[in-house]
Amino acid sequence: MFLKDYVGTVYKSVRSLLTGMKVTGYYFTHPKEIQTQEYPDNRATLQMFDRFKGEVIMPHDDSNEHRCTGCQACEIACPNGTIKIITKQELQPDGKKKKAIDAFVYHLELCTLCNMCVSACPSDAIKMGQSFEHSVYDKRQLKKILNKPGSKVMEGVE
Amino acid sequence: MNLLGEPEVTEEGEFIINIGPQHPSTHGVLHLKVWLDGETIKKVEPHIGYIHRSIEKMSESLSYRNFIYVTSRMDYISAHINNQACALTVEKGLQVEVPARARVVRVLLAELTRLASHQLWWGCTGLDLGAVTPFFYAFREREAILDIMEETCGARLTQNFMVPGGIMYDIHPNFQNRVKTVLIQVKEKLKEYDELVTDNVIFQGRVKGVGVLTAEDAISLGITGPSARASGVSCDVRKWFPYEGYENLQFDEVLDTGGDCLARYMVRMREMKQSIHIIEQLIDNIPEGDFQAKTKMVIKLPKGEFYQRVETARGELGVYIVSDGGSSPYRIKYRTPNFSNLWALPVLAKNAKIGDLISIMATLDLIIPDIDR
Repeated sequence: MFLKDYVGTVYKSVRSLLTGMKVTGYYFTHPKEIQTQEYPDNRATLQMFDRFKGEVIMPHDDSNEHRCTGCQACEIACPNGTIKIITKQELQPDGKKKKAIDAFVYHLELCTLCNMCVSACPSDAIKMGQSFEHSVYDKRQLKKILNKPGSKVMEGVE
Repeated sequence: MNLLGEPEVTEEGEFIINIGPQHPSTHGVLHLKVWLDGETIKKVEPHIGYIHRSIEKMSESLSYRNFIYVTSRMDYISAHINNQACALTVEKGLQVEVPARARVVRVLLAELTRLASHQLWWGCTGLDLGAVTPFFYAFREREAILDIMEETCGARLTQNFMVPGGIMYDIHPNFQNRVKTVLIQVKEKLKEYDELVTDNVIFQGRVKGVGVLTAEDAISLGITGPSARASGVSCDVRKWFPYEGYENLQFDEVLDTGGDCLARYMVRMREMKQSIHIIEQLIDNIPEGDFQAKTKMVIKLPKGEFYQRVETARGELGVYIVSDGGSSPYRIKYRTPNFSNLWALPVLAKNAKIGDLISIMATLDLIIPDIDR
């Protein structure tokens, strides 16, 4: 009786080990089943999802115009104080003064990529970019000015 | 010497070792002080606070729209469900009706999060108990689920997809197809999980009869989630206090009576199947319509106290907001599942062997940032 139990246990144990090894053996002999992405070797073909939140960017069109009016809704919506907008008074052709952005300062090092600024923006001036390789040697390089030099606000954006 | 500089009094033959705060099997910065007699554990004292970020205090200075993202950093493996709890509490205060589409998408994403969370736990349990392979296999399926999150929410772990009144933006056109593909893949691979780990003789030897938690202990220590359900305590918030339309869904509350590490393991394995079952019911029935109810730009809750509980992958999460009528909470308290579940550890580890401590910790599924928060 004891011997029967003993042999039974040994049989069951060896069987359980072999069942497990069948699974690992299958993947060992079928390298095509492997789904690993070989980053960074696949950088050329790597395509991030459209909605991936990598950093905040401000799209500019061909004539170097953006849609930011400097209303500071994003600055208020940001929970971390990531965004600082410096505004200036710009003289219009008709002689009136109008508020415009001087610098849209974005601190990537403080940003948690929560998307609150993008959903708060009333004029779709900012959006989330797909780039994610942000490491630098000096953290001062993470402070970015999003509006390009010499850029203007687009016609008709209020 | 202890933290206060007083000498430790130990009996003869007893010695103290420190496990952590930088020990791989503690899954984070948890410091365990273990009193040993040979190989037998006399006492375990968890020291917490190494990753305290004062999330509760921080939330007091953030608006009702903004405090939600911070909770992703508590239990980062089920971040979506934490966000859901906060959004639900604010909605309770505002008395907003959430559109049906948003509710269904929220439940879908919550169950996907639970699935991904249990897969990560399965991999880590294998890793802790000396099997490296399960870790890679678990991450393979989890990656597919995180791709869904990335495509629809824009982030893999800290999604912040919840806003008071609904979800941040509509689901991606690919969402339904992708979920269906993943479900087929996961269902197929769950069998592999059983073959690889569940039936394995070495694994069985390390978890069977180890760390038995009685139902009385589970109730008196406030253990919730799969850890308590493995001891036969029925505590699924989705069944007892349904939210977000869970009352209309067909699923079983997974219960086991063993109370040992194997029971806790089996409960989680069976919960994965229940999550798949819930997703299957909803994925073809996402109603059309708005995904967000209209709320004011600056949310102000009426004066009073609001409490909402949800079932995360690890147990019951309660969010308690005291409002003084302003635009940010007067006080926030989170009742997190891991903090309560941690205190089962000293009870379970008493008189166990030191190797069993790792099995117990692995099957309690502790997430340290959720303990300290």
